Amino acid sequence: MQRKSYEGAVACLPVTIPYRRYSTNSAHWWLGRALHELIKRAKLRLKDIDGFAVSSFTVGPDTAVGLTQHFGLSPRWLDHIPFGGASGIVALRRAARAVQAGDAEIVACVAGDTNHVDSFRKMLSTFSRFAQDAVYPYGSGGANASFALITKNYMNSYGAKREDFAKICIAQRDNALWIPHAMMKKKLTLHEYMSARPIADPIHLFDCVMPCAGAEAFIVCREDVAKSLNLPNVRILSTIERHNAFPNDPMQIRGGWELDVGELWSMAGLKPSDVDFVETYDDYPVISMMQFEDLGFCAKGEGPEFVRSHTLTNDGTFPHNTSGGQLSVGQAGAAGGFLGLVEAMRQLTSQPLGSQVPDANACLVSGFGMINYDRGLSSCAAVVARAA
Amino acid sequence: MTEPLVRPRRKDPLKRTRLPLRPQGVRSRTAHGLTAAAAEGRFALQVCLDCSTVIYPPRDACPSCLSARLPFRDVPRGGILIAETTVRTSTEPYFRERIPWRVGTVKLDAGPVVVAHLHGDAVEGERVRLELKLDKSGSAVTMALPERDTENMADDPHLREMTCDPKFRRVLITDGRTMVGQAVAKAFSDAGASIVFVGLANPWKPFPGMGGLRKIERAEIVPLDVTDTESVTELAEQNGARIDIVVNTAEHIRAGGVVNRRGLTVAREEIDVRYLGLLRLAQAFGPTLRSRGADGVNSAAAFVNLLSVHALMNWPAYGSFSATEAACLSAAQCMRAELRPGGVKVVNVFFGPLEIEWFQTVPPPKVTPAVLANAVVRALQHGLEDVFVGDVAEDIRQRLAVNPKALEHELAS
Amino acid sequence: MTVDLMSFARAVANGHVRVIDLTQTLSQEFPTIVLPPELGQCAPFRMEEVSRYDERGPAWYWNNISLGEHTGTHFDAPIHWISGKDLPNNAVDTIDVAQFIASAAVIDCSKECAADPDFALTIPFVEQWEARHGKIEPRSWVLLRTDWSKQTYPDYAGFRDDGAHTPGPEPAVVKWLVEQRDVHGFGTETIGTDFGQGQHFNPPYPAHFYMHGKGRFGLQCLTNLDLLPPKGTVIIAAPLKIKQGSGSPLRVLALVAGGNA
Repeated sequence: MQRKSYEGAVACLPVTIPYRRYSTNSAHWWLGRALHELIKRAKLRLKDIDGFAVSSFTVGPDTAVGLTQHFGLSPRWLDHIPFGGASGIVALRRAARAVQAGDAEIVACVAGDTNHVDSFRKMLSTFSRFAQDAVYPYGSGGANASFALITKNYMNSYGAKREDFAKICIAQRDNALWIPHAMMKKKLTLHEYMSARPIADPIHLFDCVMPCAGAEAFIVCREDVAKSLNLPNVRILSTIERHNAFPNDPMQIRGGWELDVGELWSMAGLKPSDVDFVETYDDYPVISMMQFEDLGFCAKGEGPEFVRSHTLTNDGTFPHNTSGGQLSVGQAGAAGGFLGLVEAMRQLTSQPLGSQVPDANACLVSGFGMINYDRGLSSCAAVVARAA
Repeated sequence: MTEPLVRPRRKDPLKRTRLPLRPQGVRSRTAHGLTAAAAEGRFALQVCLDCSTVIYPPRDACPSCLSARLPFRDVPRGGILIAETTVRTSTEPYFRERIPWRVGTVKLDAGPVVVAHLHGDAVEGERVRLELKLDKSGSAVTMALPERDTENMADDPHLREMTCDPKFRRVLITDGRTMVGQAVAKAFSDAGASIVFVGLANPWKPFPGMGGLRKIERAEIVPLDVTDTESVTELAEQNGARIDIVVNTAEHIRAGGVVNRRGLTVAREEIDVRYLGLLRLAQAFGPTLRSRGADGVNSAAAFVNLLSVHALMNWPAYGSFSATEAACLSAAQCMRAELRPGGVKVVNVFFGPLEIEWFQTVPPPKVTPAVLANAVVRALQHGLEDVFVGDVAEDIRQRLAVNPKALEHELAS
Repeated sequence: MTVDLMSFARAVANGHVRVIDLTQTLSQEFPTIVLPPELGQCAPFRMEEVSRYDERGPAWYWNNISLGEHTGTHFDAPIHWISGKDLPNNAVDTIDVAQFIASAAVIDCSKECAADPDFALTIPFVEQWEARHGKIEPRSWVLLRTDWSKQTYPDYAGFRDDGAHTPGPEPAVVKWLVEQRDVHGFGTETIGTDFGQGQHFNPPYPAHFYMHGKGRFGLQCLTNLDLLPPKGTVIIAAPLKIKQGSGSPLRVLALVAGGNA
């Protein structure tokens, strides 16, 4: 069956609430700031928001429902999307169909998390049943240890070197130099990267994102609604989503994108070389490298060579994570899953926080996450483009 | 290459004692199927009854056919260590003070992919064998050992966290008067205990084996009467802080039933020696053991009970004895929970009839004191919690698991 | 002074010195002191037959018994109370054995107690007794005759919903007996030497507090005090030699001159 196009549905109003390393405020506070910013900038009233999608790890014991009363919303479309790094694109997909079908007019998509001094430890120890039973008791190294195993296996299998991962991190750091709220504010040198403190071999300090508090948000609505609100917007050319792909792979060397990548590009009517910049989910550089392979930029196992033969800064041959990605800006919990999409929207509406990618007309945004046991279960991607 | 353990030096008396911490022990109910297997030294995973898939991590529906019939069965332990990492920073205080800590991904021959602790001699890319061990939280974890035994293997520090190895530890055998007590004392000496305290009550009463006790290397006879609170308290006050393993060999075995008995004096003795004796030892030694669970190479490690298997199902010919053993078993379960915060294991070693005078008229198979003693030492070396020694004990364990009522009748006939 | 003990032995044998048993029989039914459930309790008296000329022992009969140091008719040593814990020779095994034989003054308040179970012994009451019978001799037991031992067990224990209501001494009279009369100890027919509601006195339990604080002794659950003269009785009260014991059940014998000619 042919998938339906996203014609008529657009995303607009990229909002970022500046990140802070630690915050005594609740997730509700951060989500509330993002929602407030959306309404203020769009000159809307609360009751104009008739669709609401939220993603957060620290908003418990509340879910989306509790937040409707907390924030004074009365939506006719509501979704709670607990998919971590895949949340942004999943929210986009759900909301786009809703506005296309007329189930909602203006959907606020919000992601945010607080970061108390013990948030990280508490989250790790109760992340999932399989993590509780079969991962956390083994050194309690968290996702760092799990991705260290994945990284080690990838390096053993395809000859990737630490220097290859370094190039990704260094370029992202350069892209972040103009982002005021970035957690990492300085250039990163190869020497610093290579001699950084080991976290879980072979992962070292600068392979890891810094957990922090923050929020990201955007609005999904019909194109005519966006125009009537005078909001610059981006078109959605295609999206894919997959969970628990390749369960028989002994270790994760590919994400679910590989299953659906053909559909991603054919639905968009584009080839990989047609996009002007790429936002991957960068919880660890090895996953960004896998996304280059699985999303069609190079073959499986050629990630290292692809990185060696391209420049990844905003003015380079393959602009990648153009606001620095989570590795530079920090991971504000579930907001990390919105980061790439929000940055793509900024670039495609010529209002970047950092430097503008030249001729930014089309972008591939990718999401990934939810390491339930030994691999990230969720993967998704979207091709988005400047308004016509 | 595992570095052999070095005999610990005398502790600096001015230094603070490191307090015990534990890894997270929370598990889903289904995952505790692994804990049951680890307690007995078995390697068991869920095997789908409908499609034979071997499953890990433990769960409630088969990922191949969604069947809910997923019993735990013994499966082959072999596999390949695909990738390893060394964790160098952890949010969990227990691991934080024990890093670096190696973990890895093992692809089992039986099918599943398992995240496991790594023995120091497990090499990436090579074959390993998996074991289920009880970590300091008392819950099961997987550990990958080299496929073949390596030198000094038991001395690997991370493996030693999971076991109660007597090597370089100081042991108290509560009663050296009996054949079992003497065999246990010798077995611990042979296993490398740095000192074996042997308790003796009423030294004015001679007994065979007295000479043999004195000949055991590194054995020291101390006054101990488990029926006398003052005696137990005094020994604990003097020596409690340098006893790492307590093995309760106090014995009172008499044939006789409940209806088929005249008077209560024998029952009182049973209760006083076995049950109240256990309580006295628990109260006197328990708190110190619990506080020393992380106190170096010779940390407090275990409290061992020798229990008749008939604690689990009464044998009317020894009915009053069975009932007292049942009381001791329940008390031991309580102790297990109470000592767990210190990472100290309570080990229950179940035996059937023994080759001693109190089981004289019972037909074979019977277990000799030496075999029982070696089983106790092995249980500690492997970090087991529930051990069944001998054919009869194992037979009763199996029958109990299938049909307790039938066993009740069989023991009565 | 030479004392003719042989004459004394003959006098006992032929009844010129009467021996009166002040002891209750140790049996399972006799009430023991009861404390709130969260505190440790005194063990009641229990017997288990070991053998009775049977397969457990063909030619003999014997029992194993269990009981507390303060079960039945018993002796309290100074170490029993916090006020006497640091005194020298304060346990049953270290008290000088000469202290186990002493004279006794018997103060009768049985009529007053029959009317009021909350009868409290006061200094004026003792002074009135002394006016009739003479001053209490130094190092003499003071035994309080209340005839309480004649009660049935429920009335003997005297429990109501606010605790026991049984007779006993006020704080002032105990202090006075120790300081002004140098008494040997205090003995009662009731469970405990103190007034039933003694926990409300100041200090609480003054008979224990003052007596043991000054190294004196206690006797309780006595009987047959009504057979004794007001003065002139000699009491033999020798507790078991328990290692660091706080007291023990014992046989209390009263020697009274006169009787069969």
